[in-house]
Amino acid sequence: MRDSFVATTTALLADDPRTALVLADISASAFESAARRHPDRVLNVGIREQLMIGVGGGLALTGMRPIVHSYATFVVDRAYEQIKLDLGHQGVGAVLVSVGASYDGSTAGRTHMSPGDVALFDTLDGWTVQVPGHPDEVPGLLRAAVQHDDPVYLRLSSQSNRAAYGGDTRLQVLQRGTPGAPLVVAVGPMLDPTLMAVAGLDVTVAYTHTPRPFDVDGLRTLAGSEVIVVEPYLAGTSSAIVSRALSHVPHRLLSLGVGQAEVRRYGSPEDHARWHGLDAEGLRRSISAFLG
Amino acid sequence: MTAPTTTSAVALDELLRRLTGDEKHSASAHSTLDVIWVLYDRLLRVTPDTADAPDRDRFLLSKGHGPAAYYAVLAAKGFVPDDWLDDLAGPESRLGHHPDRLLVPGVEIGSGSLGHGLGLGVGTALGLRAQGILTPRVYVLLGDAELDEGSNHEAIAYAGAIGLSTLTAIVIDNRSATHGWPGPGGIASRFTVNGWSSVTVDGRDHDAIHDGLTANQPGRPHVVVAVVEEKE
Repeated sequence: MRDSFVATTTALLADDPRTALVLADISASAFESAARRHPDRVLNVGIREQLMIGVGGGLALTGMRPIVHSYATFVVDRAYEQIKLDLGHQGVGAVLVSVGASYDGSTAGRTHMSPGDVALFDTLDGWTVQVPGHPDEVPGLLRAAVQHDDPVYLRLSSQSNRAAYGGDTRLQVLQRGTPGAPLVVAVGPMLDPTLMAVAGLDVTVAYTHTPRPFDVDGLRTLAGSEVIVVEPYLAGTSSAIVSRALSHVPHRLLSLGVGQAEVRRYGSPEDHARWHGLDAEGLRRSISAFLG
Repeated sequence: MTAPTTTSAVALDELLRRLTGDEKHSASAHSTLDVIWVLYDRLLRVTPDTADAPDRDRFLLSKGHGPAAYYAVLAAKGFVPDDWLDDLAGPESRLGHHPDRLLVPGVEIGSGSLGHGLGLGVGTALGLRAQGILTPRVYVLLGDAELDEGSNHEAIAYAGAIGLSTLTAIVIDNRSATHGWPGPGGIASRFTVNGWSSVTVDGRDHDAIHDGLTANQPGRPHVVVAVVEEKE
């Protein structure tokens, strides 16, 4: 996904003079040729993440469309107040593009993990949050995001589904159960393990790469009395939105995602998926227990 | 509305009294007043009619607290009606104890939390440059205590490294930083070590402020340290 982001951004910088890229060293080498061609619009501020967002806000104040990129933990967690004030409070937007969210950087340890990034955006107003599940979903999302001025967070992962889905931002049904069957919503790269986990179960599986704003109309249309949300970030991040959307109908909700407790282990992303119960086997266990 | 070109110090005093309801203190109680007045009266290429023009000069009040002097000058120059000054931070007021750019015409940034203006100023200067808008200057006003915030030092180092010559920082020094800025060169040295040009002036002397603000040099950002009375 990072390669897809680099290629698309490089093309956008060439095509659209309104776009600018702000970096804090991360991925700077991948943008070397773009920086040579557009020295005024590829801005590497060094390892200064507060400034990275401040510069993005200033660029947007002059009418440009900044793309701001780093590891999730640096561009979101570390610069949270800058996101709140230098963008939101100023009434301007940017496209923030992260890599290494949740436990993609598992071998680097907790300092490089950010399972709480989407929850942080839920404390702010007006953000679109997009979590592509495949590299081929990235170009369309990024190109659409630079066409306007609203705030967008694009969360890229090293985890990927086998195929790209989601032509638009609505829930896309990939497996249809019988009428009233439990609904399983899988976000981004959680789709493949979710499909494996529910093999043989009478459930409807819907996919989205755009959890914010959540497709509540699609949810209301598809949901029966049992809803399961599988997210690649903190478990329960979307539960308030889902509960609000379904407040008019009796329902049970199971929210699966990354656990809150610090695991304090290295290992691979696959290891962490297993420890958080987000591999196919763990998901199957949780979903079966919930459905009884 | 006060006619912008005829505003005297007395009229500004009146506007400030109207804003603060404070009959005892004169304008000198406001540490930023003289610098902001000199900027709007003699330097900034911006008027109420050009408040949204792409090629206007920008003034970013980073030190957003205590904005009375700012509001008074904006009223004196016709950016906001005088009667907005009568209900500071009231439920219907567009003027609060920290300014909001979406509520006040002519205000470039919403500020209050310290350490945000200089980064926004760097981005603004870069955004103008990237669009080939080369005439405006970007002025950012900070306080000496505000310099405690590390975000400023990210901006100071980067602006110096890239020689961001359209940027001017103004630091109002009323010795309010808890640990001060000791050592040879004081506040200015924190900028000059990163390649900025600097001038330290009497923050009450309008001609000195003007000369300091226009002493920027090619190829580097500029800082004016405006020294005023120590904060009581």
